[in-house]
Amino acid sequence: MSDQGKSTDSATLSAIGEARKAGIETVWDRYQAQVPQCGFGETGLCCRHCLQGPCRIDPFGEGARTGVCGADADVMVARGLSRAIAAGAASHGGHAKHLAHTLLKSAKGEAGDYPLKDEAKLRAVAGRIGIKTEGREAREIAVDVAEKALQEFSEKESPLVWAATTVTKGRVETFLKLGVVPQGIDSTVAESMHRTTYGVDADPVNILLGAVKCALADYAACHMATDIADILFGTPQPVVTRANLGVIKSDSVNIALHGHNPLLSDIIVQVAGEQEMNELAVAAGASGGINIVGVCCTGNEVMMRHRIPLATSSVSQETAILTGALDAMVVDYQCIMPALAGAAECYHTQLITTMPIAKIPNALHIGFSEAGARDCAKEIIRAATDAFKKRDPARINIPGISSAAFAGFSTEAILSALSLVDKDDPLKPITDNIASGNIYGVCLFAGCNNVKITQDANYTAMITELVKNNVLILATGCASGAFARHGFMTPEATEKYAGDGLKAVLTAVGQAAGLNGPLPLVLHMGSCVDNSRAADIAVAIADKLGVDLNMLPVVASAPEPVTEKAVAIGTWAVAAGLPTHLGIVPPVLGSRTVTEVLTSTAKELFGGYFIVETDPLKAAEKLLSVLGERRRGLGLGS
Amino acid sequence: MKQIFVRPDRCMACKGCETACAVQHSADKTLFSAVLQSPPPMKRLFVEAAEGIRMPVICRHCEDAPCLRACISGCLYRDDHGFVRRRKERCIGCWTCIMLCPFGVITRDREKHIAVKCDRCHRLDVPACVNACPTRALVMAEPEEVAADRRQKAVRAESGG
Repeated sequence: MSDQGKSTDSATLSAIGEARKAGIETVWDRYQAQVPQCGFGETGLCCRHCLQGPCRIDPFGEGARTGVCGADADVMVARGLSRAIAAGAASHGGHAKHLAHTLLKSAKGEAGDYPLKDEAKLRAVAGRIGIKTEGREAREIAVDVAEKALQEFSEKESPLVWAATTVTKGRVETFLKLGVVPQGIDSTVAESMHRTTYGVDADPVNILLGAVKCALADYAACHMATDIADILFGTPQPVVTRANLGVIKSDSVNIALHGHNPLLSDIIVQVAGEQEMNELAVAAGASGGINIVGVCCTGNEVMMRHRIPLATSSVSQETAILTGALDAMVVDYQCIMPALAGAAECYHTQLITTMPIAKIPNALHIGFSEAGARDCAKEIIRAATDAFKKRDPARINIPGISSAAFAGFSTEAILSALSLVDKDDPLKPITDNIASGNIYGVCLFAGCNNVKITQDANYTAMITELVKNNVLILATGCASGAFARHGFMTPEATEKYAGDGLKAVLTAVGQAAGLNGPLPLVLHMGSCVDNSRAADIAVAIADKLGVDLNMLPVVASAPEPVTEKAVAIGTWAVAAGLPTHLGIVPPVLGSRTVTEVLTSTAKELFGGYFIVETDPLKAAEKLLSVLGERRRGLGLGS
Repeated sequence: MKQIFVRPDRCMACKGCETACAVQHSADKTLFSAVLQSPPPMKRLFVEAAEGIRMPVICRHCEDAPCLRACISGCLYRDDHGFVRRRKERCIGCWTCIMLCPFGVITRDREKHIAVKCDRCHRLDVPACVNACPTRALVMAEPEEVAADRRQKAVRAESGG
């Protein structure tokens, strides 16, 4: 693979060049060592669910046609996909549960470092999930919200509140009719593991419906994580920051926060801003003090709430270390490559793990607890400052490249900007412009960067096509990292790339919001759990128009997906009624039935379905055509 | 005599053939002891890929074998079955065979400092790689059969079928 095939981003390419010079292995080298990858895995035709296996099915029909137990290709592929979704839901569930426990401790006065920062959000969430708020103290309400949240994890006699109260009525009816209503987050994950183990569910369509139920549990977990993070750390409001490796500063103690949960990272940002810590850094010789940068989704969380710049995203996480100026890489959980330890060993960088379930050999483990969050943050900053003293100036090579990035467009922030255009009916500017065609449709970009795709290539190719055709762009997770790196999260990008209709809308809202120019081309909605925010926007538009989600000109795309979490999110997007594009072929092609259910039957059942297209220009074309179809369905011009 | 033939369109790149080859050339010839053996056993064939194709590259035991002609120490020889094999004790590690093999399937044993190549599993009726392939991408066939089959295909293609 040539370097040009690895990334489209010049800062990342510079770091890759540095790695080659220093003989340091990166994700691209490790991928090359795996090629060619096993076709059975690629097509989903292997099974290791029992000790009579592993079994493989010959897709050409000459060898085995079933596993030892008799499971055919359809069953094997459906089971594999179902387990991937269960793993995704378990991850978002773990994230949400962690926040719920903290909310409870906060409300009970057992976690002094976690005040209830956003009381308005607390009251709004409580009201939505049926908790009385009138005349009650915030703390009392928070106890109830936290307890109700924690009840969502085990099996209840009723649907998940965080799913049922956040979707359209039409969706609830569809989910009930198809029997895919989850009644517990963890219990649904456990059910998925049960029905896909040796000798349980052997009906591929039934397995897939179970997987949809699990994906909806994932949705509830995502929504809960967003809600509670906002309550504890504040609902994001638009901020301007920068993105790319150039945000690492040679004169500062640089600390990268990597992972997903804001629980520790938000506290580190708060503590790093204090005089005592700054003096510590200056005393160590860092005239610039402490410089916190983000990586991956925890980077998104602190970017939205504290204007922390984003250094890089998940696939290129090692490049932050390759600058030679990163003093500590602090990680919580999810998307953290074990390879970071190897890269850190080649430099002075201190890799710091913080969560009991996510340790890495050769990293420094500083265990996090809510009760001692600030102390933990201080210990981490001290360790980073110690590492700074060991920095080798000769090895510093920070690519001086970064782009401005407007971030933090929570649902609340978007509605508040819109209310400046129309105070009484904030959604009207959106729905009117969808009707007139100024906004042709909406596309949510989510997901990751995948080493198999030249980093960001699919994102940049797709967005330019879509916005030219007046599609409003929302982004979360590492999708927003891609757009931020390439300057798409700016008003200038709106001027440069947006079609006339879209430009007019973004300019009108931007002017009303006092920006003296248009809104950025991409509305950054947060981390990957914050896909729930995009869902909220879609639900609000659907309710306003009086139609269900499966009729809206709204699509989703994960052009470079990696994780099981992305598979879960993609699946709930489909269940929510959204045509959902994938730029990587998921491991399902070994089964015609499963492939057909995902790409076609799902449309009849849910309205949403998967569109698998690896060519970004063709993908954009397909999404535009789907948006046109949806517009015609609503009687709008296409 | 039957030869190993590769059907690239069938290869899934699972590398089962590579694993089976290494196990067959390990001390105990079982997977579980082979993975614990130190130094590890070496494979004699290689699954490679290029755009749109993946396939195992194997020793053809060429009838006019460049490696055999190049071997100056008398290590490589042709056995009674026609397989090109090694007399290990004679290898001096000059690597001339590596230089001349058109398929790149001769490698170095870095511990023993000798050349390593396919011996066609001469003690087995069916070579380990062929036996391991779950999609029959590796098959044993008479060259004449393969040629006849190709002729049939060519004729059918000509007739549009």
